[in-house]
Amino acid sequence: MSSYNLTHLKELESEAIFILREVAAQFEKPVMLFSGGKDSIIMFHLARKAFYPGKIPFPLMHVDTGHNFPETITFRDRLIKKTGETLIIKYVQDSIDKGNAVEETGTNPSRNGLQTVTLLEGLEDGKYDCAMGGARRDEEKARAKERFFSHRDEFGQWNPKNQRPELWNLFNGRKNIGEHFRVFPISNWTEMDVWQYIMYEKINLPSLYFAHQREVVNRDGVLLAKCEHITLKAGELWKKMRVRCRTIGDMTCTGVTESEADNIEAIIKEVATTRITERGGRADDKRSEAAMEDRKKEGYF
Amino acid sequence: MSNIKGYLDMELLRFTTAGSVDDGKSTLIGRLLYDSKAIFDDQINLLKETSKQRGDEGLNLALLTDGLRSEREQGITIDVAYRYFATPKRKFIIADTPGHIQYTRNMVTGASTANLALLLVDARHGVVEQTKRHAFIASLLQIPHIVVCINKMDLVDYSKERFEEIIADFEDFASKLEIKDVRFTPISALNGDNVVERSLNMQWYDGSTLMHLLENIHIGSDHNHIDCRFPVQYVVRPQSKEFPDYRGYAGRIEGGVFKPGDKVTVLPSGFTSYIKSIDTFNERVKEAFSPMSVCITLKDDIDVSRGDMLVKADNKPMINQDVDLMICWMNEKNMLLKGKYTIRHTSQTARCIIKEVKYKIDINSLHRLKDDKVIGLNDIGRISLRVTKPLYIDSYRRNRNTGSIILIDEATNETVAAGMII
Repeated sequence: MSSYNLTHLKELESEAIFILREVAAQFEKPVMLFSGGKDSIIMFHLARKAFYPGKIPFPLMHVDTGHNFPETITFRDRLIKKTGETLIIKYVQDSIDKGNAVEETGTNPSRNGLQTVTLLEGLEDGKYDCAMGGARRDEEKARAKERFFSHRDEFGQWNPKNQRPELWNLFNGRKNIGEHFRVFPISNWTEMDVWQYIMYEKINLPSLYFAHQREVVNRDGVLLAKCEHITLKAGELWKKMRVRCRTIGDMTCTGVTESEADNIEAIIKEVATTRITERGGRADDKRSEAAMEDRKKEGYF
Repeated sequence: MSNIKGYLDMELLRFTTAGSVDDGKSTLIGRLLYDSKAIFDDQINLLKETSKQRGDEGLNLALLTDGLRSEREQGITIDVAYRYFATPKRKFIIADTPGHIQYTRNMVTGASTANLALLLVDARHGVVEQTKRHAFIASLLQIPHIVVCINKMDLVDYSKERFEEIIADFEDFASKLEIKDVRFTPISALNGDNVVERSLNMQWYDGSTLMHLLENIHIGSDHNHIDCRFPVQYVVRPQSKEFPDYRGYAGRIEGGVFKPGDKVTVLPSGFTSYIKSIDTFNERVKEAFSPMSVCITLKDDIDVSRGDMLVKADNKPMINQDVDLMICWMNEKNMLLKGKYTIRHTSQTARCIIKEVKYKIDINSLHRLKDDKVIGLNDIGRISLRVTKPLYIDSYRRNRNTGSIILIDEATNETVAAGMII
């Protein structure tokens, strides 16, 4: 490799930092969404890099469904305490109590769809004009066509047919009052890039990502972890297995994977050989073939 | 462990593919993704199910690349879709764009960040209008490398003569264009000949397979490492106990190589100073080049803000309010002569007025149309602008980063045009 050439990780890092700085420069009141998953941990890491030695010039926001893995919350709180950055927490429970969102019923009621209500409320309350997220184009096919700077109308909706063309490094964040943007700085990263970067930068992650013993139930091919929100159906059993999370979402809809990978190197090897997509274990995406596209149009991340 | 180290040492190649429904583009992308294990079992299963439901014969690989519901229903690709795959040598980003004339703006978008363009030619039909249009856009956008894949060789009996005939046709046409590096590969995407594996059916061909080209083509010189250009994106002022007086200029190197100690001029003020340090979170670096994102501090305390540019005192860009450029129009609303638009160039934003349309290009024949000067959706033409303040520009040919602009409609905020400075 010639000396004036970056490695793919350095180039992706540089691109993400460029986008983060562009957000800070172009918007009045941006906010970074933070779920405690690996992608948002990377985003947080990149934001610290982008504004170093200054502080991150925007707060983080966590939309807390109340269905999180406890490990995620512990990790989140420790990270914020250590770095001294600002975190705002919005609770889906509050939206339900106010009557703005209605809880699903059934054997694993998901609050995944309700997040959108709380997210949009949170953005409106704080008058945020840009919300950054750690979504990647390789995750899902509706996301493959998402822009870095994605315009949302006054209802927070995405119109995939009327996306602004995005050329070179010239990002257009102009909007009318009441509208906002979603910005995805790590759009071009793949699951593999994320893991390689975590290894390269020695970034700490919640223990959930590494193989551990846990009680799970096999529901329609998805392994769900035991928690108070899941009721067993007739014929189902909790079973102890060695598992890890490839992605972290709600306990009600995030499948865990059987795995022996208990360190980064082992995970990278596993990612390199696996034959199932990262979101393959997410019950929320399986509801229909265009599930993600439909949720995104309504304002989901 | 050794192969994990290898992962950390890969280069990134961005390429664009343009083609129509029948030239086998989807099959080719499908094969590249499949052979590099970028398609997963659950995607294949979903694909099988959907193909069956639609009544398609076999596996419809186009469904894999057509992401949005409206596209799947209509069976067309209407937007740029990004795909990713990696081999042990490189990581690849494909900007997959529809090839039909009404999607010129999508092709331009995909081409704007590409190192390489894959042009597909059906061996039976040879160089057709669409091939010419794609080659023209690739040259207009100055994509450094072009690979012409002559596909469906199986349908012309793997004929060497046919392959050479098409090369001659292409070269004849391409002599009118500015294309720096062009390669030709005879393939059959369907059967996999010369895609990843060498073809046993074309022993006469001693060039590289497509994958070998993608993995090895030299991209180290694609960035400009000569003319130092650093547009200031954001000013970092921590005002903290630890860094009370730190004042750093954050941005991305858009050309040349900067080193601590370099004498730099700040545009537009014209003040000169010396680079004190080039900082990143991990370390202070000894040199910075495109496309690195860094934070530069200067020895003197001078006023610098977003939109300003640091350059070398002896190598300045053009500083101009009058700009000549080629543009591609991207909006349903026609361009307004004497109309006012917002212009964005590096980290600068200004207003401008369209002064003159010099000509429009018929992108099939490449003829200059001097009588028809109405620029509408997907049109390409040469125009001149007057900007409210000077821009620090290079020709697009010299530097894609400092030679490109976009125009924004001030009423709708939409990006309406992409421009390449002459």
